[in-house]
Amino acid sequence: MNAFSNTAAVAPNIPYATDERALISPAAEPRETGTRRLALGRTIPFGALIGPALLLVIWSIGSIAGLIDPRTLPAPWSVVGTAIDLIAEGKLQHHLMTSAWRAAQGLVFGVLIGTILALISGLSRLGEAIIDGPVQIKRAIPTLALIPLLMLWFGIGEGMKVTTIALAVLIPIYIQTHSSLRSIDSRYVELAQTLRMGYGEFIRQVILPGALPGFFLGLRFAVTYAWLSLVVVEQVNATSGIGYMIDLARNYGQTDIIIVGLVVYALLGLASDGIVRFFQERSLSWRRTLAD
Amino acid sequence: MASHLGGLSGAPVVRVESLVRRFGPRTILDGLSLDIERGEFVALLGRSGSGKSTLLRARADLDDKVSGSGRLETPDKKSVVFQDARLLPWKRVLENVVFGLDLPEAAERGRVALEEVGLSGRENAWPVELSGGEQQRVALARSLVRDPELLLADEPFGALDALTRLRMHDLLRQLCARHQPAVLLVTHDVDEAVTLADRVLVLDNGGIAADIAIDIPTPRDHGDRRFGEIRSQLLRHLGVETKPVLPV
Repeated sequence: MNAFSNTAAVAPNIPYATDERALISPAAEPRETGTRRLALGRTIPFGALIGPALLLVIWSIGSIAGLIDPRTLPAPWSVVGTAIDLIAEGKLQHHLMTSAWRAAQGLVFGVLIGTILALISGLSRLGEAIIDGPVQIKRAIPTLALIPLLMLWFGIGEGMKVTTIALAVLIPIYIQTHSSLRSIDSRYVELAQTLRMGYGEFIRQVILPGALPGFFLGLRFAVTYAWLSLVVVEQVNATSGIGYMIDLARNYGQTDIIIVGLVVYALLGLASDGIVRFFQERSLSWRRTLAD
Repeated sequence: MASHLGGLSGAPVVRVESLVRRFGPRTILDGLSLDIERGEFVALLGRSGSGKSTLLRARADLDDKVSGSGRLETPDKKSVVFQDARLLPWKRVLENVVFGLDLPEAAERGRVALEEVGLSGRENAWPVELSGGEQQRVALARSLVRDPELLLADEPFGALDALTRLRMHDLLRQLCARHQPAVLLVTHDVDEAVTLADRVLVLDNGGIAADIAIDIPTPRDHGDRRFGEIRSQLLRHLGVETKPVLPV
């Protein structure tokens, strides 16, 4: 409609456009408000669920029609049945708790160490000289490649697993926090100077709140990295945990249990990202981003 | 605003003697001297690159990276209004006003200052929720809450639209009449300078090329004959010849 009326307004050689009313009326026509012409349009309610639901439908139809071999991929309802059985036996809770506890420990240590390193290196030149190089070297080595060495150092127990996760987690926290500490607008530095603000006050009131968006971005990466490392370490010499459950099921060809494990991983990942985003939005409510 | 009449007694608030500032091989300020009386409103005009901001930054103690010499006396109680409002986006409006103000009654004073700039009720808003003019009013409140003896303003209204700018002129004039700080306003807007200031300086070649007292009673009318004369005079000093058609 808009495209049509624009044509009419800019092309006076069209016969009816010489009529004054025809020229005026397109502009006077009420326009739909609230959407931008070049934007994507209105958001679809629960749009994020449509894709997964569609997959589920295809999976169900394939299973009913016998197109999918249950040994390759069991039907959705038998996966649900297996999950219910596992919960009734108490196995799923047990493995889940073990996995969550490992991930949480690794995350806490990694975030703590990453933040401290970023502060030391972000707030002083000497700190940067000492810390930044080693962290960048560590960053260049994939954490998972360190597992053999970590196993020799820490054995195959919980220490190795938590260390691996923490090492993976501290990198994004360090990188993002450090870079946002360093990119604080110099205009704010000037402002603090003209207001005769002390150094400690300046750090607390300007630098740290200014670095918070970077920290949260790092945290969201960190949570993903924590689950990723968890999956790997649990399939290496573990005796409990979701990864161990999956690995065991592979030995016996229990595809349904593998699927249950994968779904649990997916839910854990989504839930933890949601939690981080919740805190991010609460502490960064001063921001207006394009997504709003 | 006849504050300069009342401010003639006592020592000047700002005293600058043979100030030199260099950026590399370029000498920006070359032996500049200037006194500003207590409560006097001085506007500083000049072509871009003439050293207006350098002079202001020297007085705001923000020129640590330039070389130079000269004597510079400014009061401790001074505050700066920048061209951008420079509010911390993660602090609410009231927190921004009392930012760095270490006083037990800070919040109360902040509220009063916000009321003075016509923003009471917005204490808890975030800076992004304010318009450009409102943000600049918060910046003014932040300066005034410190009771400055000297207010340094670096093109504070340069980024505002013409209508908002006129309103800000009125506001600034009222606030200065009430608080009586000495003001150094850097601007490139000749009308703004003549409207607001007791004295207008033109900076050229590192020194003061003209020093003109504005003897028009306030509030000043842009259409006033004397206003037009002073404007033409200042524009001549700035290297712009006015045609006789221009004055309204």
